[in-house]
Amino acid sequence: MSVSLHKDSRQLNLLYTKRQLVNRIGLTLSVLATLFGLFWLGWLLWTLFGSGLRWISPRLFVEATPPPGANGGLANAILGSVILTAAGVGMGAPAGILAGTYLAEFGRHSRLGAIVRFVNDILLSAPSIIVGVFVYALVVVRAGHFSGWAGALALALIVLPVVVRTTENMMRLVPDGLREAAAALGAPRWKVTMVVVYRSALPGIMTGVLLAMARVSGETAPLLFTALNNQFWSTDMSRPFPNLPAVIFQFAMSPYDDWQHLAWAGALLITVTILVINIVARFLLRRTRSN
Amino acid sequence: MSGLGAVARNAGAGSAEPGSDFGGGPLDPPTVPPAEPPVPPRAVVARAQSPGDRFFRGTTQFFAVLVLVSVFGMLVTLVVGAWPALKTFGLGFLASKEWNPVTERFGALAPLYGTVITSIIALAVGVPVSFGIALVITELAPRWLKRPIGVAIELLAAIPSIIYGMWGLFVFAPVFSAHLQPWLTEHLGSWPMVGALFQGAPMGIGMLTAGLILAIMIIPFMTAVMRDVFETVPPALRESAYALGCTTWEVVWQVVLPYTRVGVIGGIMLGLGRALGETMAVTFVIGNAHDIHLSLFMPGNTISSTLANEFTEAVTPLYTSSLLALGLVLFVLTLVVLVAARLMLMRLRAREGERT
Repeated sequence: MSVSLHKDSRQLNLLYTKRQLVNRIGLTLSVLATLFGLFWLGWLLWTLFGSGLRWISPRLFVEATPPPGANGGLANAILGSVILTAAGVGMGAPAGILAGTYLAEFGRHSRLGAIVRFVNDILLSAPSIIVGVFVYALVVVRAGHFSGWAGALALALIVLPVVVRTTENMMRLVPDGLREAAAALGAPRWKVTMVVVYRSALPGIMTGVLLAMARVSGETAPLLFTALNNQFWSTDMSRPFPNLPAVIFQFAMSPYDDWQHLAWAGALLITVTILVINIVARFLLRRTRSN
Repeated sequence: MSGLGAVARNAGAGSAEPGSDFGGGPLDPPTVPPAEPPVPPRAVVARAQSPGDRFFRGTTQFFAVLVLVSVFGMLVTLVVGAWPALKTFGLGFLASKEWNPVTERFGALAPLYGTVITSIIALAVGVPVSFGIALVITELAPRWLKRPIGVAIELLAAIPSIIYGMWGLFVFAPVFSAHLQPWLTEHLGSWPMVGALFQGAPMGIGMLTAGLILAIMIIPFMTAVMRDVFETVPPALRESAYALGCTTWEVVWQVVLPYTRVGVIGGIMLGLGRALGETMAVTFVIGNAHDIHLSLFMPGNTISSTLANEFTEAVTPLYTSSLLALGLVLFVLTLVVLVAARLMLMRLRAREGERT
């Protein structure tokens, strides 16, 4: 900017300074926004470890949730959550993988494919409590009581769109040349998909399933009126089912100190689990990309 | 599936080869098919008609349609469940702020108001912050720092909503009521117009707290979309602007933002969709009062927190039906927002397609 060549260089200089100033302010604010975001993450994790770590003990994993004032752990809730999550992913993931397969292999340019893709994106961001209400009206009202299966179904409906989305994306990353090569060798379409496409997209699809699992393992809202909760050991999926998020909700809102301590311990457990699953998923995805 | 698989192969290749087994799952290693007699080149025709293919395509199509059915089913179930309440109260359901389980008078206005106000607060705080973070990640940060910042912000989305709620109630609210709320009342409380928003006892919980926590929760979603759409700007455009002597801020404000406007708005709407339906965090901190107050410090209610709190307590059919009607209102609201968001993002993508 050879401002000095101009006659009224002062005015130009002023403009230049103003532009620089605006730039400085804007960028500073942006950096502050980033720090603002990171600050909350730090504060949350700090609180979580600060209030939760103290109450983590072996007892947590072997004893059932206590009545107020008594000693106990979270073991039944942990087991219940693991079972519910497994059942939800077990129902939602295969359905999602198949639906994603349709979108990637058969429905790329079809009208049905476009509609399903669109509706799936809606389901992906639909409020999870609506899913809970839906399953309540569909299953709980008809059965007459809350049940583990209803909870698992609600979770499955949340898993479904996540897996559909990632499966389609990952299968689309497989070059069409591979499909054509397999087809040229005489393989029927289903075999091309199963043996060639699935195989190269597998780590990506697994990532999607893991991310879905991470998402549902902390979900509380859809379980509140489907699986409800259960103070005792239970592996009977047709009855109200113990689960960690509902226990945390109940215990955190209670006036009893020992219940609140258990709630913090449970909160820490859930968050660490989810973060670990996320890290594993990221690692898998990175390996796929570098392949 | 293995049985049909064998049939498919037989039909495709035109040779009888019973008993070949393709294993129990889609992920098994390929079994080498036995040598087959040479067949005339009718593979394409045969493949199109092969029952195995038809079965496979049909199965995947069934599950794709299942996605449609479940969303449609949600809408239908909610309408059916909400029908008694809608019939009793009519459109007045949306306009009445009365919510009385004893006299069985129900209206959605208070929770609807709370939902909208908390979401507006969340957007007002979240949008500029997300924009700033996306700008830092795409334009400012050195290469080695981009990933860590992106991952850290995404972690905010991985933390479950109930954790935000606990943290908000036990950690954030006390700090908020002790330091920030008095400050807001003192400095903004006497302003015309906005002053009334910051009146009342600093309790820590209430609409403003809920809105702020919602803001933190939707920042990662909006940041992710903004970052992605910012990266769709052709480098040539950006570099031309830099070559003309634009500052970074000018490039973002006058080149990147106009180019990606539709996508950015789509991202904001996605964030709004999240904020509208977020349940647990809000339930912890909003105070759960079926009231409408001008002041943001007062406790309120959102549709989702009402559902979370009262659903298992609803004993009469009309009460349950009114709660389902609330759910319907929320679903339709988010549906409208999300459809608009997706359409906008699709428009951006389509435009991108035209250029390449």
